[in-house]
Amino acid sequence: MVEFSLPKNSKIGRGRTFKAPAGAKRVKEFKVYRWNPDDGQNPVLDSYELDLDAMGPMVLDALIHIKNDVDQTLTFRRSCREGICGSCAMNIDGTNTLACLKPIEEVKKAVSIYPLPHMPVVKDLVPDLTQAYAQLRSVEPWLKTDSAPPPDGERRQSIEERAVLDGMWECILCFCCTTACPSYWWNGDRYLGPATLLAAYRWIADSRDEFTGERLDALEDPLKLYGCRTIMNCTQTCPKGLNPAEAIGKIKQLQLQRKG
Amino acid sequence: MKDIRDAQYVAHRSDGSIVRRPMSPHLQVYRPQLTSVLSIGNRLTSIAISAGTLLLVWWLVAAASGPKAFATVQHVIANPIGLLVLFGWTVSLVYHFYAGIRHLVWDSGHGFSLPATHRSGWLTVGLTVATTLLVWAIGLSLWLGA
Repeated sequence: MVEFSLPKNSKIGRGRTFKAPAGAKRVKEFKVYRWNPDDGQNPVLDSYELDLDAMGPMVLDALIHIKNDVDQTLTFRRSCREGICGSCAMNIDGTNTLACLKPIEEVKKAVSIYPLPHMPVVKDLVPDLTQAYAQLRSVEPWLKTDSAPPPDGERRQSIEERAVLDGMWECILCFCCTTACPSYWWNGDRYLGPATLLAAYRWIADSRDEFTGERLDALEDPLKLYGCRTIMNCTQTCPKGLNPAEAIGKIKQLQLQRKG
Repeated sequence: MKDIRDAQYVAHRSDGSIVRRPMSPHLQVYRPQLTSVLSIGNRLTSIAISAGTLLLVWWLVAAASGPKAFATVQHVIANPIGLLVLFGWTVSLVYHFYAGIRHLVWDSGHGFSLPATHRSGWLTVGLTVATTLLVWAIGLSLWLGA
């Protein structure tokens, strides 16, 4: 449903300010979205003035510094700190990216940090991804076959067949792209979104998969697939440099070719 | 129909009571991108074209009905504000035309890389400016020359 403004309970108020420690030489302000289900308040933007010399170079380092040394109540997801787990996806300085891959020095002024856009907030920077995961499950992102595998080994691919999957298998399912898409914001109840469609195409394009037709049938829907309006925010924001929009374009082309 | 995502906005507090979760900010915080700005531009210009086409129909119908009706419409259109509206309509029509071609290229499976997307985006903007100016240069020279 298209709603340009936020619901009343989601309007963001002013939060607390944490002053920089005395003697800090390189101070930078971090404005962080906070919401606590237990305090009955609307979300607020807390301001943290941090000493850049007290932390590592990435935005995730700043968040860890806040949690360790300034304010233990801050909640966020993180795991690998090297861009391979997809946990610390959030909106930093106005675009979605991974906090662990975003250098602080790339942000000129204060660093604003919000959860992934247009999602239900569990707490602070943690969005509820239930819908996105359910949609991913719906495209059955695994190898499906009718025929038995060769008795003497695995299903083989040529080097060329395998190369087709480059640029798709690297997706870490952080959902930066999906939550950057205005079409997903308005129609995410039915539109599958770029991350899930990239995963769908990864299996459509796999030479070993024997359910290409069924996969395309399942996507032939006014919104599941064609909710994509080629806005291209997905490709613009992917922290792994992948191209979900191109994968969606290829699915649309296969649908056309099938119709003859 | 209710949005099925509504269900995920209902949660429990630590004491077990029900709380409604906030929606994280979207348009309010997302930085405008070349990609999204040109996309929303395509939509807005389509609305502008539709509205402007009604004006065009009014003008044509007036021209067919007689000199008096035509004079009334001319009075409305041939003044600075009317010309500004006409200019906006031209920009919208030209932009929507080139943006449509850009979408055709995408739909044929080409130009999806990020550099190609930025190139075609700026090309669309450049062609819109050039074509609009050309149309108006021709239009004005014919109008003033007559």
